[in-house]
Amino acid sequence: MRVGHAAWAFATPALLVIGVFFFVPVLAALIVSLTDFDLYALADIRNLRFVGLDNYRHLLHTPDFWRAVANTGYFVAVGVPLSLAASLASALLVNSRLAYFTAFFRTVFFAPVVTTLVAVAVVWRYLLHTRYGLLNYALAHIGIHPIDWLGDPHWALPAIILFAVWKNFGYNMVIFLAALQSIPADLYEAARLDGAGLWQEFRRITLPMLRPTLLLVSILTVAGYFQLFAEPYVMTQGGPLQSTVSVLYFMYEEGFKWWNLGSASAVAFLLFLMILAVTALQLRLARDAEAS
Amino acid sequence: MGREGEVIAQLLPQFRKLHPDIEVKIQQLPWTAAHQKLLTAFAGDATPDLCQLGNTWIPEFVALKALEPLDQNLARSVRVQASDYFPGIWDTNIIGGTLYGVPWYIDTRLLFYRRDLLAEAGFADPPRSWEEWSRMLAAIKARVGPERYSVLLPLDEFAPLLVLAIQQPQPLLREDGRYGNFRSPGFRRALAFYREMFQRQWAPPIAGTQISNVWDELGRGYYSFYISGPWNIGEFKRRLPPEQQSTWMTAPMPGPDGPGASLAGGASLVIFRRSSHKDDAWLLLEFLSSPEIQQRFYQLTGDLPPRRSTWRAPELASNVYAHAFREQLERVKPTPKVPELERIVTDMRLMAERVVHGDLSVEEGATDLDRDVDAILQKRRWLLSRGITP
Repeated sequence: MRVGHAAWAFATPALLVIGVFFFVPVLAALIVSLTDFDLYALADIRNLRFVGLDNYRHLLHTPDFWRAVANTGYFVAVGVPLSLAASLASALLVNSRLAYFTAFFRTVFFAPVVTTLVAVAVVWRYLLHTRYGLLNYALAHIGIHPIDWLGDPHWALPAIILFAVWKNFGYNMVIFLAALQSIPADLYEAARLDGAGLWQEFRRITLPMLRPTLLLVSILTVAGYFQLFAEPYVMTQGGPLQSTVSVLYFMYEEGFKWWNLGSASAVAFLLFLMILAVTALQLRLARDAEAS
Repeated sequence: MGREGEVIAQLLPQFRKLHPDIEVKIQQLPWTAAHQKLLTAFAGDATPDLCQLGNTWIPEFVALKALEPLDQNLARSVRVQASDYFPGIWDTNIIGGTLYGVPWYIDTRLLFYRRDLLAEAGFADPPRSWEEWSRMLAAIKARVGPERYSVLLPLDEFAPLLVLAIQQPQPLLREDGRYGNFRSPGFRRALAFYREMFQRQWAPPIAGTQISNVWDELGRGYYSFYISGPWNIGEFKRRLPPEQQSTWMTAPMPGPDGPGASLAGGASLVIFRRSSHKDDAWLLLEFLSSPEIQQRFYQLTGDLPPRRSTWRAPELASNVYAHAFREQLERVKPTPKVPELERIVTDMRLMAERVVHGDLSVEEGATDLDRDVDAILQKRRWLLSRGITP
């Protein structure tokens, strides 16, 4: 019993902080999402109406919201595998016994993570410029006509994916690198004695040993990529033709541009449910893979 | 806010000399964050005494009951004379018959154009009507070929289409701002003309963010017409090389049938209701509104003054690029005074972008927009039906 009291005493400050700064706001947002809190309600609270689930119902009937969901889904579906592949590949390269200057490359690959997003976005806007951009200049050499990266609704999101993957892969690379270095070297030695090639080493040792890390990294990346906001905010402001509006960007506009805080809170909870569902699915798949 | 926020510090010493007992503290905000910060300040009971406010924001802050009515101050004032102000601009500060702000500087939109390219295409003077303008746009396009264009209408700006729409006889909203009026013949005509400019490839279908440098591109002749505001007079003077300075000029907006109207934009000075220094704030407002100070303000910022008497000053009279603005100011129209305006014109821009890309016809675009705007105005209708004036 005494031990129990002591434990509570230690945990209480942290619980209080979490309660005040997390659970109370979340609860408040949940309540706000059931009202039509807007500019008029800010002027006079009597203008506030309790609308039940109307915000949610209305959102589910708003084509622009579904557009944002589809854009975010596209971004996650393409961006996450691409990001994981890039991180893993660069981690393997940097960790390889055959590579030179590994410290240098580790720094280079990690550098985009620590750069300021707004500053590099400006640089990328120049790289992606239709008439003067370096990317189209390079593509012209292999005979590809200039692509209107940020102006064509079909290319704007791929351009953002490219930018986001470049910006973020270094972080996961470091996690993979740590995991790679913790794989015992004797496993590889034993495999080599048995005549395994590089591919088989990767397939039979590296991947299985990385499985917990892969799961962790993929869950973190999926949750992070679902919250896409800053990239389109800086690069395209959601355009062209709303093709780069993400769910979070949609929420930002509802909430802070138009002050429809009720509807914006509802968007936040729908996004939460989406991330929860996808993460649960990932865990399920991982468990099934473990079992088989 | 923005450049004005920096410059006002240079005007204040004179005010302090006149009123040594009044202490003035300046809080500068960037334009991009100003709207949000002021709303947050209102929610947190931390609004300033005197403030610069974009005049399209006034209805919103009046809806919040955040602004002090200024009619009584005006009636007593000698230095602020309503009749000296351009009526279209003055009117934007009157909501429901009450005055809530005094215009500080104006911001209307008109044509910046290349005189030399227009002359090469066979036209000595800028257009007065849409019809003349169309002929010029077609002639220039025929000369410059597929790689270049006649006019820049950035798809991420609502102002160009809004100017064309406001030139029409029908208002943008109907029944005291209860419903959208975008299916009116006037708006459909404006939208059809807007689309035509893209369809005929007179305008490139791009956003402003995709043009690295709008000034250089006008200098290079990537386009010959550009709809923009007074701040660009200074920018073009600064950014184009001296030998190109004689090639560009400004002209009033052409209208559907002869000289057209444009937006009555700009910033006003307002006093917040919760201020505890309202009399002092009014003194500062009067000071900043006097023609002498407005002349200095113009010299420092290039912002165009809202008073006719200030325009008679030699610096302004000798600025050839400002003449078109002087003429346009007699023909400016306010946008509908509803707090939802910003959202409505943003929706209008998004719809127009889809029309330009061919996803919607003009009819479908107008119908869709009316439906969306009616939904945006739903709360306003509810408040009006309960006898509350938002």
